Amino acid sequence: MRTILFLIRKEFLQIFRDRMIGKAIFAVPLVQMLILVPAVTFEIREVKLCIIDMDMTSESRKLIGQLEGSTFFRVSHSTFSENEARNLLDKNRYDLILRIPGGFGRDIGNRNPAAIHASINAINATTAQLSWAYLNGVIHDYNLNIIADNPGSIATAGIIPRTEITNRFWYNENLVYSHYMLPGILAILVTAIGFLLAGLNLVKEKEAGTIEQINVTPIRKHQFITGKMVPFIIIGLFDLALGLALGKLVFRIPFEGSIGLFFLCAAIFMISVLGIALFISNFSSSQQQFMFVAYFFMMILILMSGIFTPFESMPSWAIKFNMANPMAYLIRINRMIMLKGSGFRDIYRDIASLAVLAVIFTAFAVRRYRKTA
Amino acid sequence: MEKIIEAQGIGKSFGDTEALKNISFEVNRGEIFGFIGPDGAGKTTLFRIITTLLLPDAGRMTVMGLDCKTGYRELRRNIGYMPGRFSLYHDLTVEENLNFYATVFGTTVRKNYDLIRDVYSHIEPFRKRLAGKLSGGMKQKLALSCALIHKPGLLVLDEPTTGVDAVSRSEFWEMLNRLREENITIIASTPYMDEAMRCNRVALIQKGQILSVNPPEKIREEFSRKIFSVKSSEKYKLINALRNFPGTATAYPFGDSVHLTFRDNEQDHSLTGYLNSMGISDATISETRAGIEDRFLELMQDK
Repeated sequence: MRTILFLIRKEFLQIFRDRMIGKAIFAVPLVQMLILVPAVTFEIREVKLCIIDMDMTSESRKLIGQLEGSTFFRVSHSTFSENEARNLLDKNRYDLILRIPGGFGRDIGNRNPAAIHASINAINATTAQLSWAYLNGVIHDYNLNIIADNPGSIATAGIIPRTEITNRFWYNENLVYSHYMLPGILAILVTAIGFLLAGLNLVKEKEAGTIEQINVTPIRKHQFITGKMVPFIIIGLFDLALGLALGKLVFRIPFEGSIGLFFLCAAIFMISVLGIALFISNFSSSQQQFMFVAYFFMMILILMSGIFTPFESMPSWAIKFNMANPMAYLIRINRMIMLKGSGFRDIYRDIASLAVLAVIFTAFAVRRYRKTA
Repeated sequence: MEKIIEAQGIGKSFGDTEALKNISFEVNRGEIFGFIGPDGAGKTTLFRIITTLLLPDAGRMTVMGLDCKTGYRELRRNIGYMPGRFSLYHDLTVEENLNFYATVFGTTVRKNYDLIRDVYSHIEPFRKRLAGKLSGGMKQKLALSCALIHKPGLLVLDEPTTGVDAVSRSEFWEMLNRLREENITIIASTPYMDEAMRCNRVALIQKGQILSVNPPEKIREEFSRKIFSVKSSEKYKLINALRNFPGTATAYPFGDSVHLTFRDNEQDHSLTGYLNSMGISDATISETRAGIEDRFLELMQDK
């Protein structure tokens, strides 16, 4: 026990003596929270619209007016030339071309179904889908207006029994994107610290040759690995607290659940991530090797975790993979505790799985660590 | 005499390279045992086996009565190892490094201060300095202090004086001698032949094999031929001329002279004339005693 404490003390001495890392520990959560949380958003404003109005009737102008009135669209160009519109789309100047063919107003006047044609720039699939959804919303409103304006039209419109859906978004009522992202970004923060700092630390001992001196001492494997883990768990939890405080102060993130449970889960998560990192660093003989492999590991863990894309829409093999992805558990747990106020009983399955992963990965790291050259 | 190390037929390969071939030797308690050989001879590999960092592929080795394969845990408590490369923490101070290793071995600096006093007193004034900022000689003293702090029965020093100035080297060997008097057995490797003279016994090692194990004086005596020291102000020209001289058996540079042996062992007096004809007029030739290096080169040639 004395040995472990001394190992931990030594690690802290070294970490804070390194001017760069000593400062980065404080700076990283600040920068990450202040930049990533507001920047990473799926809310789209100002879809740039190009209109080809071949109809030029009051009906078509009403539709355009309605689009302009929406906060999502900005009609930034009107033309009669389809070639010109296509060209501008090719040049990425517009996100959406809406073509209103001649006869649009006449068809509506005659109470016939009218057609319009939209071309959407799908270079970014997410933007395209959202633009499409917003456009549909506006046209839906426009249709309702026609019905309202022409009480006698589409003969029975008024009396068709209809189901109106009104909805309420639970746990994040206004769909504030930062509330959704922040718990995930906290998880990334902790991962980066655990993975990179701890992993590089061990490889550095190899590069400097200090591990050779350590290996001839009676230090036991588990003591050595514990000595490498604990300092980074403490730093990780400290940064997590810092990030959380920022989220509270700057982004007014709700925190419904138990802070203790939140940190307990984060600590279990850190053990599992440190296990992976130390396992990889056991194979690496240079910091470069470690960085190269660790980078891909981290990318996979983060991108598959469900932070950006919903977990449930992934293919089934990916969902299975995520059973071994500690990040997927932590992001879910974080969101549940912070936004929903879930207690231990609600998420004990996730916590248990995370704990199992922590034990497995750490066992790998200890087993793989060889005290021989 | 009590044996501290007994090695029998040790072999170790890395892939296709045979680093050690059938190595056998014994080290007695309380002696300074030197391994002398060029780079790549297998010294470091052998030391790693002795310190339980590597397992041999073949052979048996007991260190202080413990098998180096099965008794490694007990052995690590009782070996002080100083790797060839400075392996302490650069970003910890002198004092922190020493305290760290003392704690890791479950002891304290105070408890064993007497043992390291002689070495550590040289660097104690710099105890607040980062180890990475020490000079070569001071690093080496710190490394030795750390290797000694748990009072090991066996001290293993892998090229301890490489990269250290001549004065510090000489000082270092004096310290080792005093440690030997404290009944600590020391094995050290070195590429410097002059340091071999400071050992009680020396093993000449070459290409993973031990060529000879003897006290250094004995090794010098083993040299079987008459050897001459030739000096001239134009050393480079001299050695080329000597090597071209028909009566020459071997000619090796040795400090500021060339060590020369003749084909028929006796001095060939036509040499002076030959050197004169080659434009070397100030050459002096005198018979001398063979050094360890001469014997080493002779053994290598016999192979």
